[in-house]
Amino acid sequence: MANEPFENNVDRALADAQLRKNFAFAMGNFILKRRAVFSDAEQTERLRTIGHAIKQRALSRLPELLEQLEAACTRNGIRVHWAETTAVGNRIVLEIIESHAAARVVKGKSMVSEEMHLNAFLANHGIEAIETDLGEFIIQLNGETPSHIIVPAIHKNKAQIAQIFHEKVAGAPYTEEVAELNAIARNTLRRKFYEAGIGLSGVNFAVAETGTLCLVENEGNGRMCTTVPPVHIAVMGLEKVVERLEDLPPLLRLLTGSATGQLVTTYVNLITSPRREGEKDGPQEVHLVILDNGRSRIYQDPQLRQTLQCVRCGTCLNHCPVYTRIGGHAYGFVYPGPIGKILTPQVEGLEKAGTLAFASSLCGACEEVCPVKIPIPALLRRLRDESYSSAPESSVPGRGCKQNWAERLAWKGWAFLNTHPRLNRLTTALLGLVGDYLPPAGPLERWMRYRSEPKFAPRSLHRRIREEGIADE
Amino acid sequence: MSDTARDRILERLRNAPRQEAPRPDAPASTAADPDRGARVGRLKSLLEAMRTEVHVLPAAEWIPRLREVLQARAIKTLLYAPETGLGAALAEARQQDAAGLPELVAYSETVESFKERIFAVDAAVTTAAGAVADTGALILRPTRAEPRLMSLVPPVHIAVLAAEAIHPSLSEAMQDGRWSADMPTNLLLISGPSKTADIELTLAFGVHGPKELIVFILDD
Repeated sequence: MANEPFENNVDRALADAQLRKNFAFAMGNFILKRRAVFSDAEQTERLRTIGHAIKQRALSRLPELLEQLEAACTRNGIRVHWAETTAVGNRIVLEIIESHAAARVVKGKSMVSEEMHLNAFLANHGIEAIETDLGEFIIQLNGETPSHIIVPAIHKNKAQIAQIFHEKVAGAPYTEEVAELNAIARNTLRRKFYEAGIGLSGVNFAVAETGTLCLVENEGNGRMCTTVPPVHIAVMGLEKVVERLEDLPPLLRLLTGSATGQLVTTYVNLITSPRREGEKDGPQEVHLVILDNGRSRIYQDPQLRQTLQCVRCGTCLNHCPVYTRIGGHAYGFVYPGPIGKILTPQVEGLEKAGTLAFASSLCGACEEVCPVKIPIPALLRRLRDESYSSAPESSVPGRGCKQNWAERLAWKGWAFLNTHPRLNRLTTALLGLVGDYLPPAGPLERWMRYRSEPKFAPRSLHRRIREEGIADE
Repeated sequence: MSDTARDRILERLRNAPRQEAPRPDAPASTAADPDRGARVGRLKSLLEAMRTEVHVLPAAEWIPRLREVLQARAIKTLLYAPETGLGAALAEARQQDAAGLPELVAYSETVESFKERIFAVDAAVTTAAGAVADTGALILRPTRAEPRLMSLVPPVHIAVLAAEAIHPSLSEAMQDGRWSADMPTNLLLISGPSKTADIELTLAFGVHGPKELIVFILDD
């Protein structure tokens, strides 16, 4: 759907009653769960302030922390790789797999690997990447992409999933019992964990101080991928690094509380090294691929840099009135919802993805719930401005792409009218008389398609003040 | 000028405008440090809420209770770590009286030659190095003697925890245990059996990890 105009995607999503029902139910549920775990407003605010400070601190020292992380990991025996682009990241992963002559990779849930389109890349090189998170497993069977960054198959209901399993998993009966669907996935994937030569995962936090990779999950598939196969490859965006181990407790509380309304996930998995001398299990090799893909460019701008504070909890999706109505696929890119709207245009450029920044009512719900206080509405406005800007110092790719002569002329005319009082008085008086009878044509027609038409007062505010004065002055 | 990806990335980051940000204040420690009884109680109730079976009992009683627990589930094979204190006690108890105790499978080889066995056993018993009361989670530090897969692959995981090792919060567990000075290969927090809500947000237990978590809290 990335190739289709965003508007078409939106129309299609809005017309899909089942999809809207699935999202309305799930998002409403997530909101209640989060509220239950963050019931004390003051305490939550304190926690968010700490989360914000930790991520700001980490970003302020980003280059040093990445070097420290690399040194600590290397000391621990984790091999660190750097990728400027997703293409290079994919290539690095492929080379590691090929060096072990592995044909199959078991994968834990990783949004960065989605960003890299790693599965398709590996498939083109004859390597099967098997998603093992239940939600990811479902959508992989059906050839889809995640529609939510935490619950990737949330756009599907039980009946749809039952049908997918029945059709795509050999020998699977048709059942809408969640426990049975779960058992089908367990049995299918156990064998894969057992056999796989490579396990691949994402990273939630990378601790520079100790060289520790922190992964959170509920299913145990992440632990399987990082413990059973002889080789573990972790991929992370370079913004995932934090300063100290002691930063983890508040961040974990914020992440899991915001994401799923849990106090703690079933598993918090801290990985500090490959198998050490004398240990009986665990991978013999651990690789960490640190991906840039535009992040170091985003980092150049002190305001936009705040995008990199994100911990990928997905709570901004859950609380977004736009996301709740159109779902994740309509956005056409890997990261949907409010975070996607600020991240994607900066990575892909404003020409390609700038429209996303306009698909918001700026209601502010995302900022209010963000565990690390990213001012998403302000960043959306900034990106909108960038679309029309000609400021040469900006680092946003595609800046000024929406500039056009008609708008420029209109704004020049507007400025002229408002800096020439006599002309201004004349036009406002004129609009007061005939403004309500303007024909809905041209840009006005587009504007009025989804909005009520502007109503002009017979007398302008200036005139009324002149004539009536200001009450209670 | 350097030509590796690493150096180019780091250089771009270094050339960006610097923004100072102070080190954040340490999070305030959990209100009043609850006493041991309260910590045991909170841990128990949170674990139970996550469908974990919790037994709080004196140290002398855990093996008799284990016999009952295993018998009730018709467990036939139990993976254990013979070199730990726990493992030794278990082996000795079985030697004296095998009633209720299944065949003990010792994790004594590397996974390369032992994988099939691990994927076939019914249950495993491990030590819990500690626990966190405020969020309700066990702390596991797998060792050479007690490897990582024990708490992951078998369908039933039994963990044995000393009540005095329950910390009020994760921050305190980290500080008291000086984690940052000595991180093991793998350190885990476990708060219940494996679960998912990926299908219509319906909670289902036992996806990829253990279907059941049974915790013995030894409190004398």
